[in-house]
Amino acid sequence: MLDSVIFYFFAGVAILSAGLMVTRRNAIHSAIFLITTLLATAGIFLQLHAEFLFIAQIILYVGGIMVLFIFVIMLVRLDVLVSRIQFRLQKWVAVFVALAVTLEAGVVVVLARRMPGQGLLIRATAGTERLEPNTEKLATGLFTGYLLPFEIASVLLLVAMVGAVVLAKKRNDA
Amino acid sequence: MSPTLQALLTFLQTWWVELLCAVLIVAAVPLVAGYVVLVERKLMADMQARLGPMRVGPHGLLQPIADAVKLLIKEDIIPENADKLVFWLAPVISMTAALTSMGAIAFGPWFQVARDINVGILFVAGVSSLGLFGIVLGGWASNNHYSIIGAIRSTAQLVSYETAAGLALVSGLLLSGTLNMRSIVDAQFKDQAWFLFLTPVAFFTYLVASIAETNRAPFDLPEAESELVAGYMTEYSGFRWALYFLGEYANMIVVASVATTLFLGGWLRPFPNVKWLAWIDAFPSLFLVAIGVYCVLRAGKQPALVQSIFMWGVALLCFGLGLSFALAAPLSFAPLKFMTAGLYGAFWFLLKVGGYIYLFMWLRFTLPRFRFDQLMRLGWHILIPLALVNVIALGVSLILQSEFGWNRWLAILFTLICTLGVALLLLRWNDRHAEAASLTLPPEEVRVEDSYAG
Repeated sequence: MLDSVIFYFFAGVAILSAGLMVTRRNAIHSAIFLITTLLATAGIFLQLHAEFLFIAQIILYVGGIMVLFIFVIMLVRLDVLVSRIQFRLQKWVAVFVALAVTLEAGVVVVLARRMPGQGLLIRATAGTERLEPNTEKLATGLFTGYLLPFEIASVLLLVAMVGAVVLAKKRNDA
Repeated sequence: MSPTLQALLTFLQTWWVELLCAVLIVAAVPLVAGYVVLVERKLMADMQARLGPMRVGPHGLLQPIADAVKLLIKEDIIPENADKLVFWLAPVISMTAALTSMGAIAFGPWFQVARDINVGILFVAGVSSLGLFGIVLGGWASNNHYSIIGAIRSTAQLVSYETAAGLALVSGLLLSGTLNMRSIVDAQFKDQAWFLFLTPVAFFTYLVASIAETNRAPFDLPEAESELVAGYMTEYSGFRWALYFLGEYANMIVVASVATTLFLGGWLRPFPNVKWLAWIDAFPSLFLVAIGVYCVLRAGKQPALVQSIFMWGVALLCFGLGLSFALAAPLSFAPLKFMTAGLYGAFWFLLKVGGYIYLFMWLRFTLPRFRFDQLMRLGWHILIPLALVNVIALGVSLILQSEFGWNRWLAILFTLICTLGVALLLLRWNDRHAEAASLTLPPEEVRVEDSYAG
């Protein structure tokens, strides 16, 4: 009972603030609602006993990425940018992407109904007694079974970082 | 008995320790924060050969309460052009983040709210860093140039120093092998050494980074009075301002607790493994009794009757606590055993936290404020590389110990030499870099103000 109450609470907060995030005119207000959405998602992770994902969500997304978002929003005058053509086009791209994602989700749900035992299978919830340490399991998975994808992802991130530094660096000779 | 009541009773029976701890934390932290402010003012006065607050209560001991009352009844001003909702929300975020992160701190063997959380130290570090949103949003919502500059400075500073602090934590976690707060302390018990001695560089890095994270001098650029009035707090008054202040001091307690848990042995007494040093356990009660005796001696010399009554009260409190410390160990039977351990653990933990905060204050009164480019250079050019190298060297030394059978202290020495060598190189490179930068700068324009010209 308590589990589902907690789940519906977090899910409701996440959906509500996601809606508010899209509809707010003020960019900072949008950012605040995005933070609430991310925190509520983190809460769902915690309710599923995925402690490491919970804290990674908070540290990386809320504490890292969102801080930089707000930093940029405060520095850039958004009302000037909105009138630019490239940003006006964005609306239609966004509508298209949203429709595509909705369609995809619908297809997944329908297919999952059709194929028994596959797709969206809801497993029995984990017991409330002590589970194996989540972090250790994740680390073992990453560094044994998924070592190559992990390394590829790290190299990609490194390349992105170096690229960002090169782009941001002031060229004195130019 | 109705089923609802039954369910409530079962709930209480399962969770009463956690609930008690949570209530204690929420109730005690504002008071403690107020007294930390008083201690800070007194220490500053002492270091500057003044007396500090002396008027309210004996030796100004009731000053925090007077301050709190003053702030509560002060007029609450919200600027006309402020974003009302965000303005209202920001200090609450600051305070909530600091208090929430305290939930995972183990103040003693059992004094912890979230006991089974396996990512304890990450939880504390991550949630306490959310307090930044309070600062940023407050600065933005005030609609004031000083506030927004303070907020931007604070963001840049926190993002820079969070990395260094995180890498320092990684060094400690390599040694402990777990993220659980209580297991970290147990690991230090088993290793028979505080991690401070096994990885001093990480402790140093964390010390510097944690001062920067709590926005305290010499890193208090977000609220630099001489440049920004009060930075992000400029437009705040009354109790909202007090919430920011409480958040800042609660944050100090949080970072001090993390450092204590990871590097200073948590709630363990000094030399917890050495049997013949067990008499150290008598220290808490002796310490409290000594304070009590001092209060009794001073009570007669107070100028007013109220003040001497107050001193007697403090003395009696100290005697009572000391007595309970002294009697808890021999008298405790099985169900109370864990209470005793908790009492002693909390004493040592709070003593270490106090020491760490004292270090903070000492640094604040000693060092002048950094310039912003100096702050950035220290973070990115020195602290982060240093912490990174320390993590790598520590990992190598752990492998040397486990695979090649090196002596532990030899491996530690190896780590230290590696890290300090790199630190020296970094400092030299940084000096040269700064020199080169100053050489390429255009010569400063000399403007002579001549009011009589033309």
